[in-house]
Amino acid sequence: MSRINEEQVKYVADLARLSFTDEEIKTFTTQLDDIIGFAEQLNALDTEGIEPTTHVLDMYNVMRDDVVEPSLPREEALKNAPLQEEGQVKVPLIMEAD
Amino acid sequence: MPLFEEGLVSLSQKLHNKEIKASDLVDEAFARIHEVDGDVKAFLTLNEEAARSEAKALDENGTAEEAILSGMPIGIKDNMVTKGLKTTCASHILENYDPLYDATVVDKVKTQKAITIGKLNMDEFAMGSSTETSSFAITKNPWDLERVPGGSSGGSAAAVAAGEVLFALGTDTGGSIRQPSAFCGVVGMKPTYGRVSRYGLVAFASSLDQAGPITRTVEDNAYLLEAIAGLDRHDSTSADVPVPHYAAELTGDIEGLRVAVPKEYLGAGIDESVKGKIRTAIKQLESLGAIVDEVSLPHSKYAVPAYYIIASSEASANLARFDGVRYGVRAETNDLIEMYKKSRSEGFGDEVKRRIMLGTFALSSGYYDAYYKKAQQVRTLIKQDFEKVFQNHDLIVGPTTPTPAFKIGENIDDPLTMYANDLLTIPVNLAGIPAISLPCGLAGGLPVGLQMIGRPFGEETLYRAAHAYEQTAGFTLTPAKGAMNQ
Repeated sequence: MSRINEEQVKYVADLARLSFTDEEIKTFTTQLDDIIGFAEQLNALDTEGIEPTTHVLDMYNVMRDDVVEPSLPREEALKNAPLQEEGQVKVPLIMEAD
Repeated sequence: MPLFEEGLVSLSQKLHNKEIKASDLVDEAFARIHEVDGDVKAFLTLNEEAARSEAKALDENGTAEEAILSGMPIGIKDNMVTKGLKTTCASHILENYDPLYDATVVDKVKTQKAITIGKLNMDEFAMGSSTETSSFAITKNPWDLERVPGGSSGGSAAAVAAGEVLFALGTDTGGSIRQPSAFCGVVGMKPTYGRVSRYGLVAFASSLDQAGPITRTVEDNAYLLEAIAGLDRHDSTSADVPVPHYAAELTGDIEGLRVAVPKEYLGAGIDESVKGKIRTAIKQLESLGAIVDEVSLPHSKYAVPAYYIIASSEASANLARFDGVRYGVRAETNDLIEMYKKSRSEGFGDEVKRRIMLGTFALSSGYYDAYYKKAQQVRTLIKQDFEKVFQNHDLIVGPTTPTPAFKIGENIDDPLTMYANDLLTIPVNLAGIPAISLPCGLAGGLPVGLQMIGRPFGEETLYRAAHAYEQTAGFTLTPAKGAMNQ
Protein backbone atom coordinates (compact mmCIF):
# COMPACT_ATOMS: atom_id res chain seq x y z
CA MET A 1 0.00 0.00 0.00
CA SER A 2 1.37 3.37 -0.87
CA ARG A 3 1.81 5.80 2.01
CA ILE A 4 1.58 8.98 0.01
CA ASN A 5 -0.30 9.73 -3.21
CA GLU A 6 0.10 12.26 -5.99
CA GLU A 7 -2.55 14.59 -4.57
CA GLN A 8 -0.69 14.76 -1.25
CA VAL A 9 2.59 15.41 -3.03
CA LYS A 10 0.97 18.31 -4.92
CA TYR A 11 -0.40 19.67 -1.65
CA VAL A 12 3.02 19.45 0.07
CA ALA A 13 4.67 21.06 -2.98
CA ASP A 14 2.30 23.99 -2.64
CA LEU A 15 3.12 24.33 1.08
CA ALA A 16 6.84 24.25 0.23
CA ARG A 17 6.37 26.80 -2.59
CA LEU A 18 7.71 24.42 -5.21
CA SER A 19 6.16 23.56 -8.55
CA PHE A 20 6.64 20.34 -10.46
CA THR A 21 5.69 18.90 -13.84
CA ASP A 22 3.34 15.91 -13.87
CA GLU A 23 6.27 13.64 -14.53
CA GLU A 24 8.23 15.07 -11.59
CA ILE A 25 5.20 14.60 -9.35
CA LYS A 26 5.18 10.91 -10.30
CA THR A 27 8.89 10.49 -9.53
CA PHE A 28 8.67 12.38 -6.26
CA THR A 29 5.63 10.37 -5.19
CA THR A 30 7.52 7.10 -5.65
CA GLN A 31 10.71 8.38 -4.01
CA LEU A 32 8.97 10.02 -1.06
CA ASP A 33 6.89 6.91 -0.56
CA ASP A 34 10.09 4.83 -0.37
CA ILE A 35 11.76 7.25 2.03
CA ILE A 36 8.70 7.48 4.28
CA GLY A 37 8.45 3.70 4.25
CA PHE A 38 12.08 3.55 5.29
CA ALA A 39 11.40 6.04 8.11
CA GLU A 40 8.55 3.88 9.35
CA GLN A 41 11.14 1.45 10.72
CA LEU A 42 11.08 3.81 13.68
CA ASN A 43 7.61 2.53 14.53
CA ALA A 44 9.23 -0.73 15.65
CA LEU A 45 10.52 1.16 18.68
CA ASP A 46 8.38 1.83 21.72
CA THR A 47 8.97 5.50 22.53
CA GLU A 48 6.13 5.90 25.02
CA GLY A 49 7.25 8.35 27.69
CA ILE A 50 10.60 9.16 26.02
CA GLU A 51 11.38 12.90 25.94
CA PRO A 52 12.12 14.15 22.43
CA THR A 53 15.63 15.65 22.05
CA THR A 54 15.28 19.11 20.59
CA HIS A 55 18.71 20.24 21.64
CA VAL A 56 21.78 18.23 22.59
CA LEU A 57 23.37 20.68 25.03
CA ASP A 58 21.91 21.90 28.30
CA MET A 59 20.57 25.20 27.08
CA TYR A 60 19.89 28.38 28.93
CA ASN A 61 18.61 31.76 27.82
CA VAL A 62 21.30 34.04 26.53
CA MET A 63 20.47 37.60 27.60
CA ARG A 64 22.16 40.86 26.77
CA ASP A 65 21.48 44.53 27.37
CA ASP A 66 19.25 46.10 24.78
CA VAL A 67 21.80 48.50 23.34
CA VAL A 68 21.56 49.91 19.85
CA GLU A 69 24.62 49.06 17.79
CA PRO A 70 25.51 50.08 14.27
CA SER A 71 24.01 47.77 11.68
CA LEU A 72 24.47 47.38 7.94
CA PRO A 73 23.92 50.53 5.91
CA ARG A 74 20.73 50.26 3.88
CA GLU A 75 22.56 50.47 0.59
CA GLU A 76 24.74 47.51 1.50
CA ALA A 77 21.86 45.47 2.91
CA LEU A 78 20.10 45.85 -0.44
CA LYS A 79 23.15 44.91 -2.48
CA ASN A 80 21.99 41.35 -3.16
CA ALA A 81 18.31 42.17 -3.74
CA PRO A 82 17.28 41.20 -7.28
CA LEU A 83 15.04 44.27 -7.59
CA GLN A 84 14.95 47.42 -5.51
CA GLU A 85 13.43 50.85 -5.60
CA GLU A 86 13.82 53.87 -3.32
CA GLY A 87 15.82 51.97 -0.73
CA GLN A 88 13.40 49.06 -0.53
CA VAL A 89 13.18 45.55 -1.90
CA LYS A 90 10.67 45.43 -4.73
CA VAL A 91 8.40 42.41 -5.31
CA PRO A 92 5.49 41.75 -7.69
CA LEU A 93 2.12 43.24 -6.78
CA ILE A 94 0.76 41.61 -3.60
CA MET A 95 -2.71 43.19 -3.65
CA GLU A 96 -4.92 44.19 -6.55
CA ALA A 97 -6.10 47.79 -6.61
CA ASP A 98 -9.90 48.28 -6.69
CA MET B 1 59.03 17.73 -1.46
CA PRO B 2 55.98 20.01 -1.55
CA LEU B 3 55.97 22.46 1.35
CA PHE B 4 52.47 21.39 2.43
CA GLU B 5 53.78 17.93 3.36
CA GLU B 6 55.89 19.46 6.12
CA GLY B 7 52.92 20.40 8.27
CA LEU B 8 51.82 23.56 10.00
CA VAL B 9 54.31 23.78 12.88
CA SER B 10 57.38 23.42 10.68
CA LEU B 11 56.04 25.81 8.02
CA SER B 12 55.09 28.40 10.60
CA GLN B 13 58.56 28.33 12.16
CA LYS B 14 60.26 28.60 8.79
CA LEU B 15 58.02 31.47 7.83
CA HIS B 16 58.71 33.29 11.06
CA ASN B 17 62.46 32.74 10.65
CA LYS B 18 62.22 33.95 7.04
CA GLU B 19 63.49 30.65 5.63
CA ILE B 20 60.40 30.67 3.41
CA LYS B 21 57.96 33.36 2.35
CA ALA B 22 54.17 33.40 2.53
CA SER B 23 54.32 33.95 -1.24
CA ASP B 24 56.06 30.58 -1.61
CA LEU B 25 53.12 28.90 0.12
CA VAL B 26 50.55 30.74 -1.96
CA ASP B 27 52.56 30.02 -5.12
CA GLU B 28 52.55 26.33 -4.27
CA ALA B 29 48.77 26.38 -3.79
CA PHE B 30 48.04 28.03 -7.13
CA ALA B 31 50.69 26.06 -9.02
CA ARG B 32 49.09 22.87 -7.76
CA ILE B 33 45.59 24.12 -8.54
CA HIS B 34 46.56 25.02 -12.09
CA GLU B 35 48.20 21.62 -12.45
CA VAL B 36 45.47 19.34 -11.11
CA ASP B 37 42.20 21.17 -10.47
CA GLY B 38 41.08 20.97 -14.07
CA ASP B 39 40.62 17.26 -13.30
CA VAL B 40 39.94 17.22 -9.55
CA LYS B 41 37.54 20.22 -9.65
CA ALA B 42 37.71 20.92 -5.92
CA PHE B 43 37.29 24.69 -6.27
CA LEU B 44 34.25 26.71 -7.32
CA THR B 45 35.81 30.17 -6.88
CA LEU B 46 39.46 31.17 -6.65
CA ASN B 47 40.69 34.14 -4.63
CA GLU B 48 44.02 34.39 -6.44
CA GLU B 49 44.61 38.12 -6.69
CA ALA B 50 43.69 38.87 -3.08
CA ALA B 51 45.61 35.83 -1.81
CA ARG B 52 48.79 36.90 -3.60
CA SER B 53 48.57 40.45 -2.30
CA GLU B 54 47.90 39.26 1.28
CA ALA B 55 50.98 37.03 1.04
CA LYS B 56 53.06 39.93 -0.26
CA ALA B 57 51.92 42.14 2.61
CA LEU B 58 52.87 39.42 5.12
CA ASP B 59 56.29 39.04 3.50
CA GLU B 60 56.87 42.76 3.84
CA ASN B 61 55.58 43.13 7.38
CA GLY B 62 56.49 39.77 8.92
CA THR B 63 54.26 37.38 10.88
CA ALA B 64 53.38 37.26 14.56
CA GLU B 65 54.75 34.11 16.17
CA GLU B 66 51.64 33.49 18.25
CA ALA B 67 49.41 33.49 15.16
CA ILE B 68 50.42 30.06 13.92
CA LEU B 69 48.05 30.19 10.95
CA SER B 70 49.71 33.33 9.52
CA GLY B 71 50.45 32.94 5.84
CA MET B 72 48.97 29.45 5.64
CA PRO B 73 46.86 28.71 2.53
CA ILE B 74 43.36 27.61 3.51
CA GLY B 75 40.33 26.52 1.49
CA ILE B 76 36.81 27.41 2.62
CA LYS B 77 33.71 25.32 1.96
CA ASP B 78 31.26 27.29 -0.13
CA ASN B 79 28.52 27.30 2.51
CA MET B 80 30.56 29.63 4.74
CA VAL B 81 29.98 33.28 3.93
CA THR B 82 33.07 35.23 2.91
CA LYS B 83 32.82 39.00 2.62
CA GLY B 84 33.22 40.08 -0.99
CA LEU B 85 33.92 36.52 -2.16
CA LYS B 86 31.01 34.77 -3.87
CA THR B 87 29.28 32.12 -1.73
CA THR B 88 26.97 29.79 -3.63
CA CYS B 89 26.36 26.65 -1.55
CA ALA B 90 26.88 24.97 -4.94
CA SER B 91 23.32 26.04 -5.81
CA HIS B 92 21.94 28.01 -8.75
CA ILE B 93 19.69 29.89 -6.38
CA LEU B 94 22.75 31.56 -4.81
CA GLU B 95 24.95 31.68 -7.91
CA ASN B 96 25.24 35.48 -7.69
CA TYR B 97 25.37 35.86 -3.89
CA ASP B 98 27.99 38.31 -2.63
CA PRO B 99 28.11 38.12 1.20
CA LEU B 100 28.23 41.27 3.31
CA TYR B 101 30.18 39.76 6.19
CA ASP B 102 32.49 36.89 7.15
CA ALA B 103 31.30 33.80 9.00
CA THR B 104 32.86 33.65 12.49
CA VAL B 105 35.08 30.70 11.48
CA VAL B 106 36.31 32.66 8.46
CA ASP B 107 36.84 35.78 10.56
CA LYS B 108 38.89 33.76 13.06
CA VAL B 109 41.29 32.30 10.50
CA LYS B 110 41.56 35.70 8.80
CA THR B 111 42.41 37.36 12.11
CA GLN B 112 45.41 35.04 12.31
CA LYS B 113 46.19 36.01 8.72
CA ALA B 114 45.64 32.63 7.15
CA ILE B 115 45.25 33.17 3.40
CA THR B 116 41.99 32.20 1.71
CA ILE B 117 42.81 30.42 -1.55
CA GLY B 118 39.23 29.95 -2.68
CA LYS B 119 35.80 28.44 -2.11
CA LEU B 120 35.35 24.70 -2.27
CA ASN B 121 32.76 22.58 -4.00
CA MET B 122 30.16 20.65 -2.02
CA ASP B 123 26.83 18.93 -2.38
CA GLU B 124 24.14 21.54 -2.95
CA PHE B 125 23.30 23.09 0.44
CA ALA B 126 25.43 20.27 1.94
CA MET B 127 22.74 17.71 1.05
CA GLY B 128 24.54 14.66 -0.25
CA SER B 129 27.35 12.20 0.37
CA SER B 130 29.31 12.45 -2.88
CA THR B 131 29.50 16.11 -4.03
CA GLU B 132 27.51 14.95 -7.08
CA THR B 133 24.51 17.13 -6.15
CA SER B 134 26.59 20.30 -6.71
CA SER B 135 24.93 22.43 -9.38
CA PHE B 136 28.26 23.46 -10.85
CA ALA B 137 30.83 20.63 -10.95
CA ILE B 138 31.50 17.06 -9.91
CA THR B 139 34.60 16.90 -7.74
CA LYS B 140 36.78 13.82 -8.33
CA ASN B 141 38.59 11.76 -5.75
CA PRO B 142 42.34 12.52 -6.10
CA TRP B 143 43.06 8.81 -5.49
CA ASP B 144 40.96 7.71 -8.45
CA LEU B 145 39.28 10.23 -10.72
CA GLU B 146 36.44 7.80 -11.49
CA ARG B 147 35.40 7.86 -7.86
CA VAL B 148 33.60 10.38 -5.66
CA PRO B 149 35.51 12.35 -3.01
CA GLY B 150 32.58 11.85 -0.63
CA GLY B 151 30.41 14.67 0.58
CA SER B 152 29.15 17.02 1.35
CA SER B 153 32.57 18.63 2.04
CA GLY B 154 34.01 16.78 -0.97
CA GLY B 155 35.83 19.82 -2.35
CA SER B 156 37.47 20.49 1.03
CA ALA B 157 38.75 16.93 1.46
CA ALA B 158 39.85 16.58 -2.19
CA ALA B 159 41.74 19.92 -2.13
CA VAL B 160 43.69 18.88 0.98
CA ALA B 161 44.43 15.39 -0.38
CA ALA B 162 45.54 16.81 -3.75
CA GLY B 163 47.92 19.26 -2.06
CA GLU B 164 46.08 22.34 -3.37
CA VAL B 165 45.84 23.89 0.11
CA LEU B 166 47.51 23.15 3.43
CA PHE B 167 44.11 22.67 5.05
CA ALA B 168 40.43 23.46 4.68
CA LEU B 169 37.23 24.11 6.59
CA GLY B 170 34.18 21.91 6.18
CA THR B 171 30.82 21.39 7.81
CA ASP B 172 29.30 18.17 9.13
CA THR B 173 25.56 17.60 9.56
CA GLY B 174 25.48 13.81 9.15
CA GLY B 175 29.08 12.96 8.30
CA SER B 176 29.97 15.67 5.78
CA ILE B 177 33.47 16.28 7.20
CA ARG B 178 34.33 12.72 8.25
CA GLN B 179 33.06 10.73 5.25
CA PRO B 180 34.94 12.77 2.59
CA SER B 181 38.02 12.81 4.84
CA ALA B 182 37.84 9.01 4.97
CA PHE B 183 37.36 8.73 1.19
CA CYS B 184 40.27 11.08 0.43
CA GLY B 185 42.73 9.84 3.09
CA VAL B 186 42.86 13.00 5.22
CA VAL B 187 42.02 13.94 8.82
CA GLY B 188 38.59 15.47 9.54
CA MET B 189 37.08 16.53 12.87
CA LYS B 190 33.39 17.04 13.61
CA PRO B 191 33.52 18.93 16.91
CA THR B 192 30.95 18.80 19.71
CA TYR B 193 27.76 20.68 18.82
CA GLY B 194 28.33 24.23 20.08
CA ARG B 195 32.13 23.97 20.11
CA VAL B 196 32.40 26.11 16.96
CA SER B 197 30.16 29.05 16.07
CA ARG B 198 27.65 28.50 13.28
CA TYR B 199 27.32 32.23 12.58
CA GLY B 200 27.68 32.74 8.85
CA LEU B 201 27.27 29.08 7.88
CA VAL B 202 24.33 28.73 5.52
CA ALA B 203 22.02 26.67 7.72
CA PHE B 204 21.00 23.16 6.66
CA ALA B 205 19.85 21.45 9.89
CA SER B 206 20.48 23.82 12.76
CA SER B 207 20.41 21.26 15.58
CA LEU B 208 23.04 19.09 13.79
CA ASP B 209 25.31 21.42 11.77
CA GLN B 210 28.86 21.94 12.99
CA ALA B 211 31.97 23.32 11.27
CA GLY B 212 35.39 21.72 11.60
CA PRO B 213 38.89 21.33 10.17
CA ILE B 214 40.11 19.02 7.39
CA THR B 215 43.90 18.59 7.38
CA ARG B 216 46.73 16.28 6.38
CA THR B 217 47.76 15.49 9.97
CA VAL B 218 46.22 15.23 13.42
CA GLU B 219 48.54 17.95 14.73
CA ASP B 220 47.46 20.44 12.04
CA ASN B 221 43.87 19.56 12.84
CA ALA B 222 44.35 20.30 16.54
CA TYR B 223 45.77 23.74 15.78
CA LEU B 224 43.05 24.61 13.30
CA LEU B 225 40.26 23.58 15.68
CA GLU B 226 41.79 25.66 18.47
CA ALA B 227 41.77 28.64 16.09
CA ILE B 228 38.10 28.38 15.11
CA ALA B 229 36.48 27.13 18.37
CA GLY B 230 34.86 29.13 21.13
CA LEU B 231 31.88 31.10 22.36
CA ASP B 232 30.48 33.63 19.89
CA ARG B 233 28.00 36.34 20.75
CA HIS B 234 26.54 35.97 17.27
CA ASP B 235 25.55 32.32 17.89
CA SER B 236 23.55 31.70 21.05
CA THR B 237 24.03 27.93 20.63
CA SER B 238 27.82 28.26 20.78
CA ALA B 239 29.06 26.85 24.08
CA ASP B 240 30.57 28.85 26.92
CA VAL B 241 33.31 26.27 27.48
CA PRO B 242 37.01 27.27 27.48
CA VAL B 243 38.99 26.22 24.39
CA PRO B 244 41.97 24.01 25.32
CA HIS B 245 45.36 24.11 23.63
CA TYR B 246 44.65 20.81 21.90
CA ALA B 247 48.20 20.39 20.58
CA ALA B 248 49.42 20.04 24.17
CA GLU B 249 47.51 16.74 24.29
CA LEU B 250 49.60 15.16 21.55
CA THR B 251 51.84 13.23 23.91
CA GLY B 252 51.68 9.84 22.27
CA ASP B 253 50.61 8.35 25.60
CA ILE B 254 47.35 6.38 25.57
CA GLU B 255 48.30 3.84 28.23
CA GLY B 256 45.14 2.72 30.03
CA LEU B 257 42.75 4.50 27.66
CA ARG B 258 39.46 2.60 27.70
CA VAL B 259 38.35 2.01 24.12
CA ALA B 260 34.92 0.68 23.13
CA VAL B 261 34.27 -1.05 19.82
CA PRO B 262 30.53 -1.21 19.02
CA LYS B 263 29.64 -4.57 17.50
CA GLU B 264 27.12 -2.78 15.24
CA TYR B 265 30.00 -0.86 13.63
CA LEU B 266 31.73 -4.04 12.48
CA GLY B 267 28.58 -5.93 11.56
CA ALA B 268 26.43 -6.50 8.48
CA GLY B 269 26.70 -3.96 5.69
CA ILE B 270 30.34 -3.11 6.40
CA ASP B 271 32.80 -4.08 3.69
CA GLU B 272 35.24 -6.85 4.66
CA SER B 273 38.22 -4.83 3.42
CA VAL B 274 37.20 -1.97 5.72
CA LYS B 275 36.68 -4.28 8.70
CA GLY B 276 40.16 -5.73 8.21
CA LYS B 277 41.85 -2.32 8.31
CA ILE B 278 39.85 -1.26 11.35
CA ARG B 279 40.71 -4.45 13.26
CA THR B 280 44.39 -3.88 12.51
CA ALA B 281 44.09 -0.30 13.76
CA ILE B 282 42.39 -1.46 16.96
CA LYS B 283 45.25 -3.92 17.58
CA GLN B 284 47.62 -1.02 17.12
CA LEU B 285 45.79 0.96 19.81
CA GLU B 286 45.96 -2.10 22.10
CA SER B 287 49.69 -2.41 21.54
CA LEU B 288 49.99 1.21 22.69
CA GLY B 289 48.35 0.31 26.01
CA ALA B 290 44.67 0.98 25.29
CA ILE B 291 42.17 -1.39 26.91
CA VAL B 292 39.68 -2.52 24.26
CA ASP B 293 36.16 -3.88 24.89
CA GLU B 294 33.29 -4.77 22.62
CA VAL B 295 30.10 -2.85 23.39
CA SER B 296 26.66 -2.39 21.86
CA LEU B 297 24.91 0.74 20.57
CA PRO B 298 21.58 -1.04 20.10
CA HIS B 299 19.69 1.83 18.43
CA SER B 300 22.33 2.43 15.74
CA LYS B 301 20.19 1.09 12.92
CA TYR B 302 17.48 3.65 13.63
CA ALA B 303 19.84 6.60 13.27
CA VAL B 304 19.60 6.97 9.48
CA PRO B 305 15.77 7.08 9.29
CA ALA B 306 15.56 9.39 12.34
CA TYR B 307 18.20 11.64 10.82
CA TYR B 308 16.45 12.00 7.46
CA ILE B 309 13.23 13.07 9.17
CA ILE B 310 14.94 15.53 11.54
CA ALA B 311 17.48 16.98 9.10
CA SER B 312 14.94 17.33 6.28
CA SER B 313 12.39 18.95 8.60
CA GLU B 314 14.91 21.52 9.78
CA ALA B 315 16.08 22.05 6.20
CA SER B 316 12.56 22.68 4.94
CA ALA B 317 12.27 25.53 7.45
CA ASN B 318 15.79 26.89 6.93
CA LEU B 319 15.53 26.91 3.14
CA ALA B 320 12.24 28.82 3.20
CA ARG B 321 14.35 31.99 3.16
CA PHE B 322 15.41 31.34 -0.43
CA ASP B 323 12.43 32.90 -2.13
CA GLY B 324 13.99 35.31 -4.63
CA VAL B 325 13.10 38.40 -2.58
CA ARG B 326 16.18 39.69 -0.73
CA TYR B 327 19.03 37.77 -2.38
CA GLY B 328 19.72 34.99 -4.82
CA VAL B 329 18.20 34.43 -8.21
CA ARG B 330 14.64 35.63 -8.87
CA ALA B 331 12.47 34.24 -11.64
CA GLU B 332 10.47 36.93 -13.42
CA THR B 333 6.66 36.72 -13.14
CA ASN B 334 3.93 39.18 -12.23
CA ASP B 335 2.51 37.16 -9.36
CA LEU B 336 4.20 36.98 -5.95
CA ILE B 337 3.41 33.33 -5.13
CA GLU B 338 4.36 32.29 -8.65
CA MET B 339 7.61 34.23 -8.23
CA TYR B 340 8.43 32.25 -5.08
CA LYS B 341 7.58 28.93 -6.70
CA LYS B 342 9.38 29.60 -9.95
CA SER B 343 12.52 30.99 -8.27
CA ARG B 344 12.74 28.00 -5.94
CA SER B 345 11.88 25.36 -8.54
CA GLU B 346 14.43 26.72 -11.01
CA GLY B 347 17.02 27.47 -8.32
CA PHE B 348 17.12 24.23 -6.32
CA GLY B 349 18.30 20.84 -7.59
CA ASP B 350 16.48 17.53 -7.16
CA GLU B 351 18.09 16.35 -3.89
CA VAL B 352 17.37 19.67 -2.19
CA LYS B 353 13.77 19.58 -3.42
CA ARG B 354 13.39 15.98 -2.25
CA ARG B 355 14.48 16.92 1.26
CA ILE B 356 12.37 20.07 1.39
CA MET B 357 9.38 17.95 0.35
CA LEU B 358 10.13 15.24 2.92
CA GLY B 359 10.60 17.82 5.67
CA THR B 360 7.50 19.78 4.75
CA PHE B 361 5.50 16.56 4.77
CA ALA B 362 6.93 15.42 8.13
CA LEU B 363 6.08 18.77 9.72
CA SER B 364 2.65 19.12 8.14
CA SER B 365 -0.54 19.00 10.13
CA GLY B 366 -1.56 15.46 11.02
CA TYR B 367 1.89 13.94 10.44
CA TYR B 368 4.04 15.88 12.92
CA ASP B 369 3.68 13.45 15.84
CA ALA B 370 4.01 10.33 13.70
CA TYR B 371 7.26 11.40 12.03
CA TYR B 372 9.02 14.41 13.52
CA LYS B 373 8.24 13.84 17.20
CA LYS B 374 8.89 10.12 16.85
CA ALA B 375 12.29 10.81 15.27
CA GLN B 376 13.21 13.24 18.06
CA GLN B 377 12.30 10.55 20.63
CA VAL B 378 14.49 8.03 18.82
CA ARG B 379 17.24 10.65 18.90
CA THR B 380 17.03 10.55 22.69
CA LEU B 381 17.49 6.75 22.66
CA ILE B 382 20.54 7.07 20.40
CA LYS B 383 22.03 9.72 22.66
CA GLN B 384 21.44 7.49 25.70
CA ASP B 385 23.23 4.58 23.97
CA PHE B 386 26.36 6.72 23.79
CA GLU B 387 25.98 8.01 27.37
CA LYS B 388 25.86 4.44 28.65
CA VAL B 389 29.06 3.46 26.82
CA PHE B 390 30.87 6.59 28.01
CA GLN B 391 30.17 5.69 31.64
CA ASN B 392 32.91 3.07 31.36
CA HIS B 393 34.91 4.09 28.30
CA ASP B 394 36.90 7.10 27.12
CA LEU B 395 36.55 6.56 23.42
CA ILE B 396 34.54 4.67 20.81
CA VAL B 397 36.37 3.34 17.75
CA GLY B 398 35.11 1.96 14.44
CA PRO B 399 35.07 2.67 10.71
CA THR B 400 33.98 6.04 9.34
CA THR B 401 32.24 4.57 6.30
CA PRO B 402 30.94 1.11 5.32
CA THR B 403 33.03 1.08 2.10
CA PRO B 404 35.90 3.00 0.51
CA ALA B 405 34.99 5.66 -2.10
CA PHE B 406 32.35 4.50 -4.57
CA LYS B 407 32.21 5.31 -8.28
CA ILE B 408 30.73 8.50 -9.67
CA GLY B 409 27.14 7.80 -10.74
CA GLU B 410 26.91 4.55 -8.76
CA ASN B 411 24.42 5.73 -6.11
CA ILE B 412 23.09 9.05 -7.35
CA ASP B 413 19.76 7.71 -8.64
CA ASP B 414 19.02 5.76 -5.49
CA PRO B 415 18.52 8.10 -2.51
CA LEU B 416 18.17 5.31 0.08
CA THR B 417 21.46 3.60 -0.87
CA MET B 418 23.17 6.98 -0.79
CA TYR B 419 21.70 7.73 2.66
CA ALA B 420 22.85 4.34 4.01
CA ASN B 421 26.44 5.39 3.35
CA ASP B 422 26.20 7.67 6.40
CA LEU B 423 25.07 5.02 8.91
CA LEU B 424 28.30 5.19 10.93
CA THR B 425 28.58 8.98 11.04
CA ILE B 426 24.97 10.10 11.58
CA PRO B 427 24.53 8.82 15.18
CA VAL B 428 27.31 11.19 16.28
CA ASN B 429 25.47 14.25 14.94
CA LEU B 430 22.20 13.16 16.52
CA ALA B 431 23.97 12.88 19.90
CA GLY B 432 25.89 16.16 19.40
CA ILE B 433 29.23 14.55 20.32
CA PRO B 434 32.65 14.95 18.65
CA ALA B 435 34.29 12.49 16.26
CA ILE B 436 37.40 12.42 14.11
CA SER B 437 38.20 10.41 11.00
CA LEU B 438 41.80 9.64 10.15
CA PRO B 439 43.41 7.39 7.55
CA CYS B 440 44.22 3.83 8.62
CA GLY B 441 45.55 2.41 5.36
CA LEU B 442 44.48 1.52 1.85
CA ALA B 443 42.03 -1.13 0.67
CA GLY B 444 42.26 -1.83 -3.06
CA GLY B 445 44.31 1.33 -3.45
CA LEU B 446 41.68 3.52 -1.75
CA PRO B 447 41.92 5.14 1.70
CA VAL B 448 40.00 3.72 4.66
CA GLY B 449 38.92 6.01 7.51
CA LEU B 450 39.19 5.14 11.21
CA GLN B 451 36.55 6.94 13.26
CA MET B 452 37.05 7.86 16.91
CA ILE B 453 34.06 9.17 18.85
CA GLY B 454 34.34 11.04 22.14
CA ARG B 455 32.36 12.49 25.03
CA PRO B 456 30.85 15.98 24.70
CA PHE B 457 33.79 18.43 24.61
CA GLY B 458 36.15 15.44 24.62
CA GLU B 459 38.09 16.60 21.54
CA GLU B 460 41.35 16.47 23.54
CA THR B 461 41.03 12.72 24.06
CA LEU B 462 40.25 12.22 20.37
CA TYR B 463 43.33 14.16 19.32
CA ARG B 464 45.54 12.32 21.80
CA ALA B 465 44.40 8.89 20.62
CA ALA B 466 44.37 9.84 16.93
CA HIS B 467 47.86 11.30 17.15
CA ALA B 468 49.25 8.28 19.03
CA TYR B 469 47.80 6.02 16.32
CA GLU B 470 48.98 8.20 13.43
CA GLN B 471 52.56 8.47 14.74
CA THR B 472 53.01 4.74 15.30
CA ALA B 473 51.12 3.65 12.19
CA GLY B 474 53.81 5.64 10.46
CA PHE B 475 52.01 7.16 7.52
CA THR B 476 50.12 10.05 6.18
CA LEU B 477 48.59 9.21 2.86
CA THR B 478 49.43 11.01 -0.34
CA PRO B 479 47.81 10.06 -3.63
CA ALA B 480 50.19 9.48 -6.53
CA LYS B 481 50.65 12.63 -8.54
CA GLY B 482 49.85 10.86 -11.78
CA ALA B 483 46.48 9.75 -10.44
CA MET B 484 45.24 13.32 -10.60
CA ASN B 485 45.70 13.91 -14.31
CA GLN B 486 43.51 12.24 -16.89
